[in-house]
Amino acid sequence: MTKQHPAWSPYDNNGGTCVAIAGADYCVTAADTRMSTGYSILSRDYSKIIKLADKCVMASSGFQADVKALQKLLAARHLIYQHQHNKQMSCPAMGQLLSNTLYYKRFFPYYSFNVLGGLDNEGKGCVYTYDAVGSYERVGYSSQGSGSTLIMPFLDNQLKSPSPLLLPAQDAVTPLSEAEAVDLVKTCFASATERDIYTANKLEIVVLNKDGIHREYMELRKD
Amino acid sequence: MTRDIDCAWAGPWTWVGCLNKSSGKSRQAQAPTIVMFLVQQDTELPYVTGTSVVALKYKDGILMAADMGGSYGSTIRYKSVERIKPIGKHSLLGASGEISDFQELLRNLDELILYDNMWDDGNSLGPKELHSYLTRVMYNRRNKFDPLWNSLVLGGVKNGQKYLGMVSMIGVNFEDSHVATGFGNHLARPILRDEWHENLSYEDGVKLLEKCMRVLLYRDRSAVNKLQIAKITEEGTTISQPYALKTFWGFTAFQNPTAGAEGSW
Repeated sequence: MTKQHPAWSPYDNNGGTCVAIAGADYCVTAADTRMSTGYSILSRDYSKIIKLADKCVMASSGFQADVKALQKLLAARHLIYQHQHNKQMSCPAMGQLLSNTLYYKRFFPYYSFNVLGGLDNEGKGCVYTYDAVGSYERVGYSSQGSGSTLIMPFLDNQLKSPSPLLLPAQDAVTPLSEAEAVDLVKTCFASATERDIYTANKLEIVVLNKDGIHREYMELRKD
Repeated sequence: MTRDIDCAWAGPWTWVGCLNKSSGKSRQAQAPTIVMFLVQQDTELPYVTGTSVVALKYKDGILMAADMGGSYGSTIRYKSVERIKPIGKHSLLGASGEISDFQELLRNLDELILYDNMWDDGNSLGPKELHSYLTRVMYNRRNKFDPLWNSLVLGGVKNGQKYLGMVSMIGVNFEDSHVATGFGNHLARPILRDEWHENLSYEDGVKLLEKCMRVLLYRDRSAVNKLQIAKITEEGTTISQPYALKTFWGFTAFQNPTAGAEGSW
């Protein structure tokens, strides 16, 4: 019998890149706004960032239908949490929930590459980075998605992350100011846009700090 | 040596037959036998399909166009398939892909709208809600490995708000000022990106859609020159009578197509 090939795949990659950088008292989360399939562009203005809680923002790239389902699930769980505990979920709590949610579908995964950005219980910036099945860790900065291979080495160079093996433990959170971090993020995406076909159009930047949430946009190359 | 018999894929479990021919030398000449296997098949293939749907937002609402062809593989089998239907008071649904799956979706939506009407509370499902519902239906079917083989366009107006969105067969969805499925994504959207602007008049919107449909007619082999354009505004829905586009085949490039590249292909 000749090998049967399936006529369709339950997965698709809709592209895009996400970045998050943690600072002393802020967190910058950013993602481009292009949604693609194969070599076509579906939308030039699609947001990959969602606010899950007051102090927690998630940016996800990958298969958009799975990302949407994940966002809905987490939002619903957060609502239940608020009803049960009369308070917002902290970023570390949401971090754990996301990991568990992803692993729950370990054998038919959410094809979703996430970065969680927010403020921890002490008001310091925190970033959590994930793979598709829920493996996660808290870091000072991260990028995921189609342009991550282009951006991550650049962030490593600019933000000089200390080794997690060092003793005493050193903070990976950057000493850069909020404005400098936002500028760095803009530089990252401008570069990634040049070489990654799936990253383009517009950059959406969300900054979380003690004053609340602030959103800005930057135009990127549209080709 | 075994050879497959072509079989219809249906449902999760089905019988698949293999022709069992003896190989090489054997004591007796074996009559060919058929060995049946009960196998799990989760995939499916589309049979009767519709091609592109194109839609755009204009000043008063949404305009949507689709031809009336239902192809059976490479045969254009049906030429009067209505691929755009009004749903509820506020929306239009256009579908490309498997026609029977579209018909099943319409049955689902009928029930949804019925329950909505039965509340009799003055509230009714708008395009955003329907788009969300369709996305969930498509995604959940994909999760069960039993997709509805459609790309859907959902457009509508409610309380002055225009809405236009698309859902694919695996649940990928988005909303935009203009959308297109299938070939339309490749041929129509570049035209729309260039020429669409806010507050198009009805006439301009129709002209733009017809331009897209004409290009599709020339270049998509499953396109048929019998189309309907549907309009939805706050006032209601109108789906035009089927009509044909004027085409011109007298371009010099069409007259001598191999002029620039003589040869066997």
